[in-house]
Amino acid sequence: MRQVMKIAIAATAAALALTACSSPTATTTSSSAPKTAIKVGMAYDVGGRGDQSFNDSAAAGLDKAKADLGVETKEASAANGESDANKQERLQQLVDAGYTNIVAVGFAYANAVGAAAKANPNAKFAIVDDASDASKGSNIENIVFAENEGSFLVGAAAALKSTTGHIGFVGGVETDLIKKFYAGFAAGAQKVKADIKIDVKYLTQPPDFSGFASVDKGKTAAEGMYQNGADIVYHAAGGSGGGVFTAAKAAGKLAIGVDADQALTAAADVRSVILTSMLKKVNVGVYDFINSVVKGSFTAGVKTFDLKSGGVDYATTGGKVDDIKTKLDDFKQQIIDGKITVPAK
Amino acid sequence: MKTFDWRRVAISVAAPVLAIAVSLLITTLMLVVAGDPVGDVWRVLLKVPLPRQIVQIINEAAILYLSAVAVAVGFRMNLFNIGVDGQYRVASFAAAVFAGQGFLPGWLNIIVSILIAMVCSALWALIAGLLKVWRGVSEVISTIMLNYIATYLVAYFLKMTAVKVEGSNATNTRNIPADSHVPGISVDWLGTPNKIYGLIVLAIIVGVGYWFVINKTRFGYDLRAAGASETAAVASGVNVKRMLVISMGISGALAGLVGMPLLFGQDFHYGDTVQAGLGFAGLAVALLGRNNPIGMAFAAILWGYLDQLSNGLQIGAGVSDRLVLIIQGIIVLSVVIAYELARRAKLRMDERTVGKETGALKAPETKAVAA
Repeated sequence: MRQVMKIAIAATAAALALTACSSPTATTTSSSAPKTAIKVGMAYDVGGRGDQSFNDSAAAGLDKAKADLGVETKEASAANGESDANKQERLQQLVDAGYTNIVAVGFAYANAVGAAAKANPNAKFAIVDDASDASKGSNIENIVFAENEGSFLVGAAAALKSTTGHIGFVGGVETDLIKKFYAGFAAGAQKVKADIKIDVKYLTQPPDFSGFASVDKGKTAAEGMYQNGADIVYHAAGGSGGGVFTAAKAAGKLAIGVDADQALTAAADVRSVILTSMLKKVNVGVYDFINSVVKGSFTAGVKTFDLKSGGVDYATTGGKVDDIKTKLDDFKQQIIDGKITVPAK
Repeated sequence: MKTFDWRRVAISVAAPVLAIAVSLLITTLMLVVAGDPVGDVWRVLLKVPLPRQIVQIINEAAILYLSAVAVAVGFRMNLFNIGVDGQYRVASFAAAVFAGQGFLPGWLNIIVSILIAMVCSALWALIAGLLKVWRGVSEVISTIMLNYIATYLVAYFLKMTAVKVEGSNATNTRNIPADSHVPGISVDWLGTPNKIYGLIVLAIIVGVGYWFVINKTRFGYDLRAAGASETAAVASGVNVKRMLVISMGISGALAGLVGMPLLFGQDFHYGDTVQAGLGFAGLAVALLGRNNPIGMAFAAILWGYLDQLSNGLQIGAGVSDRLVLIIQGIIVLSVVIAYELARRAKLRMDERTVGKETGALKAPETKAVAA
């Protein structure tokens, strides 16, 4: 039955494609908080809680709010390749379930947040990584970060620590946002060593966002760079970063984490390879939003988290950058003072 | 068919119903093993959709239906166009770039853009069609590869044509002028401000056209003949290679329509957050609907329903929405198995009928060809 075989092959191919982006199960929490507790809904980007990076950083802010402020929480995450309508439906379902203070994690939610905020004027929204007109409104807070500034510092750290004069960058998906990480990283590295060699690899191209959740792709990309002579690789690839760390460990080289302090959040056996992490304190942004809601001091509009406000930074956990800390802090001060302008693309 | 044979119909309907039942059973077992709340999951998935969800299911189904028909045209010819996914993205991008320029006013812009989408998509599909005819390259392999090429090619050109929106991290083509937006169909009586895509008419036209061409025209007959038995088709004077190229072209042209309701009814640009994977979903819908214009409509609605209701799984049941992908995957596999069983049952039934009519005790071992 050749036809049946062919159908089976086609079906398997389809099934594989459909399930290619695996992700940990979402967590729901029934908190023991009092009945009057403020209810906060969280809509994650692709990868969701458990990516040890971007989404987990947002989750950390939520967890802190739950512990400190006693809010009740509900979480859901995006599927790879879903439409704006699906995102809006997710936000609406959170509102319907009574979670009327909602954090949408990731720029992909821009249109959905704009529409959901209009449809639910009494609910309050925060969106991470977008400040376009599509997501502006009287009940929306736009949380944006100067990722290029933080990346500049880890770029400088990489250049200072590299013995081969050759480093690498692994981006999850080639979007403007991830290119911003690269721009800062390259500028920082070149500031230290003008002729430094930087390998660049983006794991997937939009609209395929699986590059943020493919450990295997991250590993392959980093392996190539290490074999090619790079000795430090910076990743801005969300959940795929775990693969970069695994590759670094196997090669006996170093890697740089992103978003969260990954020397604390990554799998225990690979933490030793993490030189530093570019901290994008999504947790602070998320916590501030929830805190403002609880305190009744919510204000709509753009809130920028940069080096100056401490919204981005580099991590010192593990002590691997202690010897260059003064140099890095000097760069940091120059950026804050406006003596160095970090390119954003 | 001389008289209406209810047993044949029963067998045709039994296969998909059986497949769905089996997949629900397997999913339930899986939930039990994983220790997930079985009751909550089914309560979320099987609840009656809200008005706004109904609208969304219809919208989703319309797109999936277009994708499924594109796949089905190939299936009828025994041709596996797995490249619908790449084809519709190439087409959507080309149409979005053209429509965004606003060279033409209003509806003219829409119509020309849709034609551009169909042509681009057909040309992209023809690469695989011609490779098969000239070089004997399996279209399964070439279309899968072309999907990857399409992704990178479109991403490359998107970077060149994208317009920067202040404060946004998204990469999009220029927005289509407002006079070229297709107005949605209002369903206020349902109790929701959400609108059905105006371009749902494309799905209806394509569905009717598909039924007519396949069943009522010489071309449709040739197509089915070539798909059923190449040698028999050649014997009856059908140029199989020509049919192959034409059907691949049509399949591709229809694939080009998949993204149109989204482009002109919701997004108004092509960007990095465009809905992906519709081609693969179409493959599953075509399989489930047995390439039948009505069957595929039901399958598309089921798929859209599952997609929509899955959104509530995390919120209502605390289970990952990926569960629905597993359910859909199991449905596809069950369907393949169920159809094979149904085909054998039908074959046995035919043999018995033939045996009875010819008076023979046992029917000869002829292999009937699957429809």
